[in-house]
Amino acid sequence: MTGIILAVSVVGGTGLLFGILLAAASFVFEVDTDERAEKILEALPGANCGACGYAGCSAYAEAIVKDGAPVNCCSVGKAPVAQRLSEIMGVDAGEVVEMVARVACGGDCNSAVYKYEYEGVRECTAEVRLGGGAKECPSGCLGLGSCTRACRFGAISIKNGVAVVDEEKCTACGQCLKICPKGIIHFVPKEFNQWVVCQNPENGKTVNQYCKAGCIGCGICEKNCPFDAIHVEDNYAVIDYSKCRNCGLCAKKCPRHAIYLREK
Amino acid sequence: MAKEIIAILLSALLTENFVMVKFYGICPFLGVSKKTDTAIGMGMAVTFVMGIASLFTYLANTYLLVPFGLEYLQTILFILIIAGLVQLVEMFVKKSIPPLYNALGIYLPLITTNCAVLSSALLNVQNNYNLLYSVLFGVFAGLGFTLAIVLMAGIREYIDEKAIPESFRGFPIALLTAGLMAIGFMGFSGFSI
Repeated sequence: MTGIILAVSVVGGTGLLFGILLAAASFVFEVDTDERAEKILEALPGANCGACGYAGCSAYAEAIVKDGAPVNCCSVGKAPVAQRLSEIMGVDAGEVVEMVARVACGGDCNSAVYKYEYEGVRECTAEVRLGGGAKECPSGCLGLGSCTRACRFGAISIKNGVAVVDEEKCTACGQCLKICPKGIIHFVPKEFNQWVVCQNPENGKTVNQYCKAGCIGCGICEKNCPFDAIHVEDNYAVIDYSKCRNCGLCAKKCPRHAIYLREK
Repeated sequence: MAKEIIAILLSALLTENFVMVKFYGICPFLGVSKKTDTAIGMGMAVTFVMGIASLFTYLANTYLLVPFGLEYLQTILFILIIAGLVQLVEMFVKKSIPPLYNALGIYLPLITTNCAVLSSALLNVQNNYNLLYSVLFGVFAGLGFTLAIVLMAGIREYIDEKAIPESFRGFPIALLTAGLMAIGFMGFSGFSI
């Protein structure tokens, strides 16, 4: 009988001791949480995509409250969320430039030349390890859709062997930029309608051999741009969006159709 | 004494590796071995908890259970102590050492009731280790776990991008990898110090 009492009291006593210790510790080691951080967390979209530059929505909320991080970093929530956050924090929201991801490759199945037939894992990150991918072009979209799977908003699809972004769904979270092994997805301010769909740095003759849609660096766009906003650098055209006025002339004049014009 | 410590170190790390030879702690070993960074975090948390658990379970066993003749309560009391202790340590670390909490935080509660931690405490009793050896055994066994999980994470990161057959992708290949690693660790089993 004493054995039972002893066993119960030893285990029960230890449990009680730890219970009291834990209760006491929860008072002693209480960490102050700012209630504004909770409000901010509620206002954020909760996508935890990391586009703001912090580990997730809660990390961003904490950074706003503790380190005074700017409230307009959330590219998923855009202006409405920035507005909400500025109300909570009592600071000015600032301007939110709406960005969108665009793929700088127009070398679809009809235009690009392949150097071999790839039959491995259906993942661009895997294909790129085999001699840089099946397309002859070193900066061509591999079209296996690593970006499609990385996108949490279902904004990217593969059309005719090239990734295409649905700009209505794109939130500029940047997951596709991170995963693309070719580095051909970029952020562009959403208000601009034209973008160059090639970034092959080789000379025009070489490009012409393996892609009908590639930029050959002819400079026709450069000559036609009334605002000096497009220039050929490294053998391909680059638009300077700080000067661009959205006239779309470069896209119309390009003999290779290597500058896309978004339909309005 | 130095010889004994080296013997404990080598047996905990290689010949009696907790994961690869004794099959303890398989759950976190498979669950948290997808990336090397998180694997290191998990390994460090396990090492930390095992060291502390060994210390306190040794004290509880020697000064509470043995004098009353209650050795049969070891398992339940050790679970209680480890779980309570880790909670306490977690609160303390969160308040006092935030960087350490950010590194270990999410892993600490996950391993409070893990069999690897409990078995390190029970093995201390079985092997009749004194206080110093108990703590060292706990820490070394944790390091053995870290070794196994970091190796595994490295291999899994590598395998992830290989063209393996579809039916092997994910869990099957992880288990096969673990099996092959266990065979590798078997190579150490002939040594004795």
